[in-house]
Amino acid sequence: MANVISDETIEYVGILAKLELSEDEKEQAKKDMGSMLDYIDKLGELDTSSVEPMSHVFPVENVFREDVVTNGDMRDELLSNAPGEKDGMFVVPRTFD
Amino acid sequence: MGKQYETVIGLEVHVELATKTKIFCGCSTAFGGTPNTHTCPVCTGMPGSLPVLNKQVLEYAVSVGLATNCDITRYCKFDRKNYFYPDNPQNYQISQLYLPICRNGYIEIETADGTKKVGIHEIHMEEDAGKLIHDEWEDCTLVDYNRSGVPLIEIVSEPDMRSAEEVIAYLEKLRMLIQYLGASDCKLQEGSMRADVNLSVREAGAAQLGTRTEMKNLNSFKAIMRAIEGERERQIDLLESGEAVVQETRRWDDTKGCSYAMRSKEDAQDYRYFPDPDLVPIHISEEWLAERRDALPEFRTEKIVRYKEEYEIPDYDIDIITGSKRLADLFEETVAICKEPKKVSNWLMGETMRLLKEQGKEPEDIVFSPAHLAKLIAMTESKEINGTVAKEVFEAMFESDVDPAQYVEEKGLKTVNDTGALQKTLEEIIAANPQSVADYRGGKEKALGFLVGQTMKAMKGKADPGLINKMLREMLS
Repeated sequence: MANVISDETIEYVGILAKLELSEDEKEQAKKDMGSMLDYIDKLGELDTSSVEPMSHVFPVENVFREDVVTNGDMRDELLSNAPGEKDGMFVVPRTFD
Repeated sequence: MGKQYETVIGLEVHVELATKTKIFCGCSTAFGGTPNTHTCPVCTGMPGSLPVLNKQVLEYAVSVGLATNCDITRYCKFDRKNYFYPDNPQNYQISQLYLPICRNGYIEIETADGTKKVGIHEIHMEEDAGKLIHDEWEDCTLVDYNRSGVPLIEIVSEPDMRSAEEVIAYLEKLRMLIQYLGASDCKLQEGSMRADVNLSVREAGAAQLGTRTEMKNLNSFKAIMRAIEGERERQIDLLESGEAVVQETRRWDDTKGCSYAMRSKEDAQDYRYFPDPDLVPIHISEEWLAERRDALPEFRTEKIVRYKEEYEIPDYDIDIITGSKRLADLFEETVAICKEPKKVSNWLMGETMRLLKEQGKEPEDIVFSPAHLAKLIAMTESKEINGTVAKEVFEAMFESDVDPAQYVEEKGLKTVNDTGALQKTLEEIIAANPQSVADYRGGKEKALGFLVGQTMKAMKGKADPGLINKMLREMLS
């Protein structure tokens, strides 16, 4: 494997993804990520200088909606999915700015 | 002698667009609804929901771009900006990084040294976040997603401004253009226009830019002025004492008059932007762009020329009225009804301005309708009410857009045009004030004013002072 993922990198990626990994999981993830990057390197060998980056699979453009209110009040339905609710609002752990 | 410093400022301005619905779903954008009653699976980030772009958002964004001399990106896309925070239910904000809708524009501002161009780096479309309410009682945070998905444009300037005055001039010009387009009401206090200030200082003449800070939480022009002065001083003090400015985001506390660091940009969040696969690209055709160009409204410069031709009102009035889209609309709509440009202008320039200033309001806060102002003018012209009463009625209209005719009727403020009743009152006043009568006859004009005043008082203000004056002169001659 050409790409070696450092402990710092796996730690950082874990923080970004809000994942807490055990030592075993970290080792496995380092291996997986390394082989993914190897695959990307392989693709990098191709000459893509004349190819536009593709962000969408289907050749569809310009899908719009008109500026008309179509939704009613769905509050209770949406809140029924929430782990916590108070005064018609979602309850989350205390968050600082 | 101390070193001379130059302040370098660039702005990021967020503007909430005046659409009826959110950027990617059919939920209402109405302000102040009961928490979470304007939400759906799209704007609360439910898995499997599909965002679809509101066409009006694109039209407004392109119009603002055209009004600020930008290049319109003909092929543009949305990107996901990833971060975890409960005000953002998707864990990413849909924004534009790689292909923003507008680029390379400028607006012209007036400064002490003449006209100056301030560059617009780019304008992009994005969605607003929800609102967090901290519940001290239960030590938790409550989330209201009514604002989640409200359309925003972010206008990023070049670091072309050098003083607080230039910043204010830039913001005022930007606000006027956007209000003329009807794309937003741009109220700083209510948050429909928000400015973040990027500021650095450098020794005068230096070619390199200094390290900048970004300041947030600025919700009035005065707060922006104070924050710029404060931050300039803070950075100069650091440099003078041999310390370095740290690149960071700071929050301005306007009551304390100082700022404090929010988060350091050195460990800047890694947003891992990537194109949003749920939203298809936008391809802007030549025809559509030409339509948008044709649909641009009459801007201030053209309005001033037309006003000078059409209405006989002073240039000073034209300058003030056209300085606000709201005032200009009110003026034109009222004149269309009553055909009295000078009178309409007088009400706007006089009483309206006085009350706005007294109550710390903006023209956008005006509630009275053109129809009611036209009616008030007509009632004054026909002498149905006198000038003093008209001002009282106008104050009531300014508060709650009352119908002037109804108000006058209910309060019994109509001028008494019954000359018989007036004649009788005048006779009483003359009999009760022999000294003043003698003084007037002896050549003291002032004495007549006193008698008019006494009569107005006896008539409880509901008389035409001009008519009293005329009748008194006749009776005393």
